[in-house]
Amino acid sequence: MSAARDSTVRVGLVYPELLGTYGDRGNAVVLVQRLRWRGLDAELVEVTAGAPIPDSLDVYLFGGGEDDPQVMASAGMRASRAAIDRARAGGAAVLAVCAGFQLIGHSYAAADGTMIDGLGLVDAVTRAGPNRLIGELVVDPDPPLPILTGFENHGGRTTLGPSERPLGRVVARNGSRGEPEGLLGERLIGTYMHGPVLPRNPALADHILAWVVGDLAPLDSTREEQLRAKQLHAGSARGVRRWWQERVLARG
Amino acid sequence: MTRRSLRTSAAIGAGRVTGWLSRITGRGQGATISGRVINALAPNALAQLAAGQRVALVSATNGKTTTTRLLAAAVARTGEPVVSNATGANLTSGIAPILARARARGVAVLEVDERVVPRVVDPLGVELLVLGNLSRDQLDRYGEVHAVGDLWRHAAETHPDLRVVANASDPHVVWAATPAKTTWVALGLGWRNDAATCPNCAALLRWSADRFDCPSCGFGQPATPNRLDGDGLVLDGTRVPLRLALPGRWNLANAALAVTAAATHFGVDAHDAAEAAATITTVAGRYMTIALPDGRRARVLLAKNPAGWSEVLHHLSDRDCSVVIAVNARVADGKDPSWLWDVPYELLRGQPVAAAGERALDVAVRLRYAEVDHIVEHDALEAAAKLPGDDVNIVSSYTQFSSLYRRFR
Repeated sequence: MSAARDSTVRVGLVYPELLGTYGDRGNAVVLVQRLRWRGLDAELVEVTAGAPIPDSLDVYLFGGGEDDPQVMASAGMRASRAAIDRARAGGAAVLAVCAGFQLIGHSYAAADGTMIDGLGLVDAVTRAGPNRLIGELVVDPDPPLPILTGFENHGGRTTLGPSERPLGRVVARNGSRGEPEGLLGERLIGTYMHGPVLPRNPALADHILAWVVGDLAPLDSTREEQLRAKQLHAGSARGVRRWWQERVLARG
Repeated sequence: MTRRSLRTSAAIGAGRVTGWLSRITGRGQGATISGRVINALAPNALAQLAAGQRVALVSATNGKTTTTRLLAAAVARTGEPVVSNATGANLTSGIAPILARARARGVAVLEVDERVVPRVVDPLGVELLVLGNLSRDQLDRYGEVHAVGDLWRHAAETHPDLRVVANASDPHVVWAATPAKTTWVALGLGWRNDAATCPNCAALLRWSADRFDCPSCGFGQPATPNRLDGDGLVLDGTRVPLRLALPGRWNLANAALAVTAAATHFGVDAHDAAEAAATITTVAGRYMTIALPDGRRARVLLAKNPAGWSEVLHHLSDRDCSVVIAVNARVADGKDPSWLWDVPYELLRGQPVAAAGERALDVAVRLRYAEVDHIVEHDALEAAAKLPGDDVNIVSSYTQFSSLYRRFR
C-alpha cells in the first residue's frame, strides 16, 4: 500500500491522448467500477500528456499508441521515472498493454531503425518484427488465472530477460501457438492483449485489484464471462479446438 | 472524349452482366462486382472512362458518402450532367461502373476510400480533392491514422496543381492538404483523441477551444475566413444558412464542406448550393426509417468509429429516445470492437437502450460498466421492437447497416 494514502484507490490512466488508441480507457473504467460495485472508493485519475506522472497512484495503466505518440509518451514516462519507482516501492500495480508494454522494457527498436528508450521497469527488449500481428489472441497463463482472450494489433516482438516470467503461453494466434506472451512480474502485468483486456477478462482485473486492496468480495461477472466464452471459441481456431475441449473446459 | 477501346467496352459489358447477376441473385447491389470485372478485364478502363469528366474526389473517415451526395446535388445546379457513386461503393471497383454510365462530358463527384485516394488521382485526372477528417477507424485494416494522412500528403506533394477543399480544423487534414492549392474551411473537430501530436514534428499539439497549433515547429491551423458557424456557413464574409433535412452537427459540417467546394470550385452560388443540400433527406440508407412489426417506425443511423459515435451520441442523448446499438466486427467493420470503450455511452443513462448485432455481448459489457440499463437482443430489428416510444433509433456499425439497407431500401 502506498504510504499516507487515504482509502480511495486511485487508478491512473497515463497519457490517454497518446496511449489510448485501442479503447485503453476501458481498462481503467473496469478497475474503478469493480471496486465501487464492491463498496470501495475508487477514482479514475487521468494523467494528461505533458504533465508529470504523480507518485500517488495505486494503479498505473500504460496503454497502446501509435509510433509518434509512443515517442512522446516515452519521454514523459522517463522524466517521471522516480515518481513511478516511489509508487512501485509503496505497493502500486502496473498494467502495461502493447506500446505501454514495450515502454516498460529497456527499449523498442522501430522498423526504421529509431531506438525508443523505455522505462526499464522490467528486463525486456522489443524490436520491430517482419509483419504486424493482427487478430484474436488466446493465452494460457499459470493458475490461478484462467485462460485469457484479447485482440492484438502490433508489429513489435518483445523478448524477456532470463529472470522474467511470461504472462502465459499463446494458445491461438493466427495459426501459431506455444510461444510466450506478455510478462507477469511483481504487481506488474505486461501484455499485447487489447479488447480492452480487462473487460474481456474480469479475473485478470480482480487479480490486479487484489494486489492493491487485498481480498476482494465476489462480484457477479456473468455478462463478462459470456463474452469471454464467446471470444474463446472465436479465438480458438479449428486446430486448437480439441485442445480447448480437453484442457480449457476441464479447467473451467 | 477519348474513344473507349474495344477491350474497355467489352469489359463494361461483362461488368454489367455480372452486376445484374449479383442483383437478381440477391448477393449484392452489383456495383462492386461489376467494377471488379471491368478493372480485371481492362486495367486501363478507369483512365478511359474518366476522359471527358471533370472529376472531384471526396474522402474522409466520416461523412464521405453524405458529403459526396450533397456536393453532387449542389454541382447539378450548374446544369452539367453529374454522375456519382451514390451507393457508397468507394473502391476503384465501385467507381468504374459509375463512370461507364456517364455522358461524354460532365462532372463526376466520387467518394473514395481514404487509402484509395493516391492511386486514383492520376488515372482519373482528378481536378478537385475534398478532404473532411481523419480519425481512428478499423485499425486492424487501415493501420494508424497518421499513415493515411501521409498518403494524402504524398498525393498533394506530387500534384502541386491539384485543387483541394479541406477542413482547416483537423490537424491530419491540414498536414495532408498544405502542399496543394487549398481552400480551407474550419468545420470544428469534436473528436480530438487522434490529434494529440503534431503531424509535422510529433510534439504535443496545443489546443484551445477551436484551434490548434504546435508550440515546437509552428505548424498550425491555417487562417481562413470560411467556417461553420452554428447552422450556417460563413464563406468569404457572407453567412449562408444551412437548413438541412439531415440531422446532427456532423451533417452541418458535411454540408459546409460540400457547399464550399461547390461554390469555390464549380462556381455554384453558395445559397443555391445550400438549397440543393437541404433537399437531401436520406443518403444511401442513412437516416431512412423502417417499419417495425407493431407499426411504429425506427430510424437507421450509421456510426462506425468513436468520432462518428461521439457526434451521434450527443444528438441522441439530447432527447428522450430509444437507442439500439447494433455492432458487428467483420472485416468492413474492423475486427476489433475495442473502440466501444472510447465512446461515452454514459450519456445514454436513463434512456431505453438495447445491445444488438453479432458483438452484442461486447456492447452489453460496455453498457454494464457505463451503468446504462439495457436489454440484449442480437437481431437489431427485434431489439428495436422491444424498446418503447415513437422515437426509436438503430445506430449500426457498417455491416449491420448495410444488411438493414439491403432489406428495406
